Amino acid sequence: MIYSDLKTLSRALHEKRISSVELARLFLDRVTRLNPELNAFITVDEEKTIAAAKAADQRLAAGSAGMLTGIPLAEKDLFCAEGWLTTCGSKMLQNFVSPYDAAVVTKLEREAGMVSLGKVNMDEFAMGSSNETSWFGAVKNPWDKTCVPGGSSGGSAAAVAAYLAPVATGTDSGGSIRQPAAFCGLSGIKPTYGIVSRYGMVAFASSLDQGGVIAHSAEDCALVLSAMAGFDERDSTSLERPAEDYSRLLGQPLDGLKIGLPKEFFGEGANAEVVSAVLLVVEEYKRLGAKIVDVALPNSHLSVPVYYVIAPAEASSNLSRFDGLRYGYRAPDCNDLSEAYTKSRAEGFGAEVKRRIMIGTYVLSHGYYDAYYLKAQRVRRLIADDFRKAFRECDVILGPTSPTTAFNIGERTSDLVALYLSDIYTIAVNLAGLPGLSIPSGFDGQGLPIGLQLIGNYFDEARLLNVAHLYQQATDWHTRRPQGF
Amino acid sequence: MTWEIVIGLETHTQLATKSKIFSGASTAFGAAANTQASLIDLALPGVLPVLNKGAVECAIRFGLAVEATVAEKSAFARKHYFYPDLPKGYQISQLESPIVQGGHLDIMVGQGEKSYEKRIRLTRAHLEEDAGKSLHEDFHGKSGIDLNRAGTALLEIVSEPDMRSAEEAVAYAKALHTLVRWIGICDGNMQEGSFRCDANVSVRRPGAPLGTRREIKNLNSFRYLKEAIEFETRWQIETLEDGGQFEQATVLFDPATGETRAMRSKEDAHDYRYFPDPDLLPLLVSADWIEREQTALPELPAAKRQRFISDYGLSAYDAAILTASLEMADYFEAAVRASIPAAAKLCANWVMVDLAARLKREDREISEAAVNATQLGGLVMRIMDGTISNAIGKKVFDALWAGEGSDADEIIEKHGLRQITDSGAIEGLVDEALSANPVSVSEYKAGKEKAFNALVGQVMKAAKGKANPQQVTELLRQKLASG
Repeated sequence: MIYSDLKTLSRALHEKRISSVELARLFLDRVTRLNPELNAFITVDEEKTIAAAKAADQRLAAGSAGMLTGIPLAEKDLFCAEGWLTTCGSKMLQNFVSPYDAAVVTKLEREAGMVSLGKVNMDEFAMGSSNETSWFGAVKNPWDKTCVPGGSSGGSAAAVAAYLAPVATGTDSGGSIRQPAAFCGLSGIKPTYGIVSRYGMVAFASSLDQGGVIAHSAEDCALVLSAMAGFDERDSTSLERPAEDYSRLLGQPLDGLKIGLPKEFFGEGANAEVVSAVLLVVEEYKRLGAKIVDVALPNSHLSVPVYYVIAPAEASSNLSRFDGLRYGYRAPDCNDLSEAYTKSRAEGFGAEVKRRIMIGTYVLSHGYYDAYYLKAQRVRRLIADDFRKAFRECDVILGPTSPTTAFNIGERTSDLVALYLSDIYTIAVNLAGLPGLSIPSGFDGQGLPIGLQLIGNYFDEARLLNVAHLYQQATDWHTRRPQGF
Repeated sequence: MTWEIVIGLETHTQLATKSKIFSGASTAFGAAANTQASLIDLALPGVLPVLNKGAVECAIRFGLAVEATVAEKSAFARKHYFYPDLPKGYQISQLESPIVQGGHLDIMVGQGEKSYEKRIRLTRAHLEEDAGKSLHEDFHGKSGIDLNRAGTALLEIVSEPDMRSAEEAVAYAKALHTLVRWIGICDGNMQEGSFRCDANVSVRRPGAPLGTRREIKNLNSFRYLKEAIEFETRWQIETLEDGGQFEQATVLFDPATGETRAMRSKEDAHDYRYFPDPDLLPLLVSADWIEREQTALPELPAAKRQRFISDYGLSAYDAAILTASLEMADYFEAAVRASIPAAAKLCANWVMVDLAARLKREDREISEAAVNATQLGGLVMRIMDGTISNAIGKKVFDALWAGEGSDADEIIEKHGLRQITDSGAIEGLVDEALSANPVSVSEYKAGKEKAFNALVGQVMKAAKGKANPQQVTELLRQKLASG
C-alpha cells in the first residue's frame, strides 16, 4: 500500500479497503523506523495526525470525501499550520507554534481532507540547495545517504523518495522543488507565480517564492496541485483565475508538440552523464510525436548573479521581523534593546541566512541600490523576455534540472559558487515567474537519479504535466525505489 | 539686517477608515492594549498585506480637494528600521511614486483688517501605515508596546517650504486640519494623534539660498507648533548672529520648557533601504474611480468661501471664519435659509459672535449647540423685520438656549418682547425722559454727545428695551433740536 500512487490510495480509501487512520499509521511507523537514517522530519505529532485521519474517515463514511481525503502528506516546515511547530529549519523559530493555517494547509488539509504526517526539514528559511543549512541538521538522500537530497525542500524530497509520505508540499524560489526532486528521483512542480497562495508560507524572497508539490509521478503532482492552487484575496500577488483541474489533459497525445532545447542548458557546466540522459529523453519524445526545435535563452547565464541580488534583498527585508521580541528565539540576559536585537539575530540565524541578509542589506543600501538592485531588476526583465521569445518557437522547453546529480554532504559547503550553480537551470524560471517541473529520467554511474526539467509558458501547468505524464507512461524511472526503503 | 524664516510642514493625518490599511483589524481608539492587532499587525511569519481600498479613496479625495495630480499608478515601498513598535522591521510607505502629486492649499493668515490670503504649494501626499506605541511610563525601567495603532492608515501630506512665519505655518496647519475633516478623511482629533505635524525650519537672509534646516518632530497641537517654530527660529537666528553654525538635524519640542533640542544629526540618520514592496502590486487608480470620488466630494472650503462672498456679500474675513468647518458653514447656511438672503450678514454676525461666544463659554461643538440653525434664522428674521431689536434678540437667544420655547416667536409672545414701534407710545416715553433728566438735556445742549446716549438709555430703560432704537433716536433728536 505504501508504494501506491495517489489514485490507488484514494480508491482503497473510498472502497473502505483501508481506513485513513490505518494508512496514516503505516506511514507513521515508517517515519519512526526510518527517519533517524534520513532526518527528513522536524516534527511528528502522532496525536494530531490520527485525529486528522479520524476526521477524514468520518468524511469518507459520510460520503463527503473528495479524491484526496484521507491521503497522508508531509508539509514543508515553512507552511504555518495551526497548533504545529513551524520552524523554517531555523533556531530562530525553534519554539514557534503557529496560531493560524497557511492557505495551502487550509486547502489541502482542512478542505481536501489530506492528513499531515508532520513537518519536514528544509534549508534554513529556504536558503540553500542541499538541505545542509537547517538548524535541525542535514537531510540525507535515500538513494545514497552520504549525499545531499538537494534543497531547500530536501526534507520533502527525502520523505517522499523513502516512502515516509506519499506526497509532500514544497516551495521553490530558485529551484527548491525541482532540484531536490531531481536529486531524489521524484516528480516536482513549481507552478506559475501567483497560482498558489503565499499566505502563511513564511517568506524568503517574496517575488520568487511559490508553493508546489513533490510526488512520485506527474499525475500525483497534478492531483495535489489542483487542490492547493486557487485565488486567495489574502495574497495580493495571487492571480484571480478560475480553479483548474490540472489533470484534465493527462493522456492526450503529444501530436506536433514543439519542444525547445536551449543550447545554454547543455553547455560546459553540465555533467556528461546528465546531458546524455536528457538527450535520450528527447529521443523518447520524438517517438511520442513531438517536434524538437532549438531555442535561445541568451541571458540565462545572468540568472544566478541576478538571483543572488534580488533574493537576498527581499530576504533581508522579510527576515527583519525576526527580532526575538514577539515570538521566536530571544537571546537570554540582554541588557538593552540593541543587545536583544543583535544577540537574538546573531544567535538565532545560521551562517547562510546571515550571509544573505548582509548581501541583501548591502545591495539595498543608499548608493548601491541603483547599481545592484535596480540593475538586477532590469536584467530580470531581459531574462523573462528571452522566455517570451522562446515560447514563440516552441510549446515546452526541455533541459536538465541541475548540472549534476546529488553531491556529497559537506562537499560544497566551502565552495558556495559551486553550490549556487546547482540551481543554474532552475533559477531563470523563477525570475520569469514561469511554471517548471522536474521528472526522473535515468541514473548516473553511481546509481543516483538524474532529473529532467520541463518549462512551460504562463498558466500552462496542465499541458506541462501531461508532457511529463506521457513520458512516465512510456518509462518506469519514476517507479524505481532506493534500496532499503 | 533682517532674517527670512522658511517653513515647510509634513503632516501625518490618520485616515478615518474602519479597518487598518493592510489588515482587517479595527482602528477604533482607546481599546485595551494589543487587542486590535491582528496576525498581520503583529507581523507573524507568513502573513501578507492587503491594501484597504477605503484608504485609497481618502487619498484620492484629498488629491482632488487640493487640485493635485492623482497618480494613475503609484507604488508601495518598504522603509526599514528596527524598533519594537514596528513589528515587521519595516514600514510600508510610498517613496518614488506617491498617490498624490503636487496641489496647493489657499490659506487666510491673520485676523480682521490685517488678514491676507496666501497659496501654499504641496509637494505630495502619500499613503503609509502607522507604527504602534512605545509606552515608557508605568513599567519600571522597561517599556511596554501597544500595537493597536500599528497598521493604521496615514496620509502624509508634505508642503513646499512656502511659509514665512509661525503664524503662516499655524494658518496652513489649521486650513489643512479643516480640509481633511471637511472631506471626511480624518477625524482631526489632535489629542489622540490623528493629526500631527513635523516642521522643517530654516532661516536665511532675504534672497539668499535656503539655510540649513532642522526638523521639529511630532507637534500635535497648534500651540506647540507655534511655540516650537518660534523658539527654533529664535535659536537659529541667535546662533547665526553669534557667528555660530549648526548641522541639519531632527529636533524634539518639549512643551514643558518650550524649547527644542536635537535628537539626531544628519550623520546618524538611518539608511532606510527603501525598495518596492514585493507583496503589493502597483496601485492603479482608474479615471472612473477618480470621477466617482470627484462626484462624491462636498463643496470645498475655498469654493464655499468665494460663494459666501459673492452670494451673501460677506467680507473675506467673515467668509473665512464661517468656513472654518463644514459644520459651521452648514449651520450658517441653514440659518440663512430659515430667514431671508438679505439677512445673511446678520446671520453671519450672530453665528460668529453670539453663538461662537456661547459655545466657547460652554465648551461645546457647534453640533452640540442648544439653539439650532432654524431657530437662529427665525430669531434673525424677527430682528430684520423689526419685531425685536438686536438687544432684545440676545434675550430671546438666551431663552431659546435655555429651552424656554421652540422658536423665537413663541419666546417673544410669551415674554411680551415685541418691539414698541407705535410712535405715539415712543413719543410719550421720550417726553417723560426729557422732563425727568434736565441735567442731561442741558449737557447735550452744551455739546456733550455723551448726554444724548444717556437719554436714549433712559428711554429704553422705561420701555424695558422694547422700543425701536432707531425711532427713539430720531424722536429724541427732533425734540432736543426743537426744544
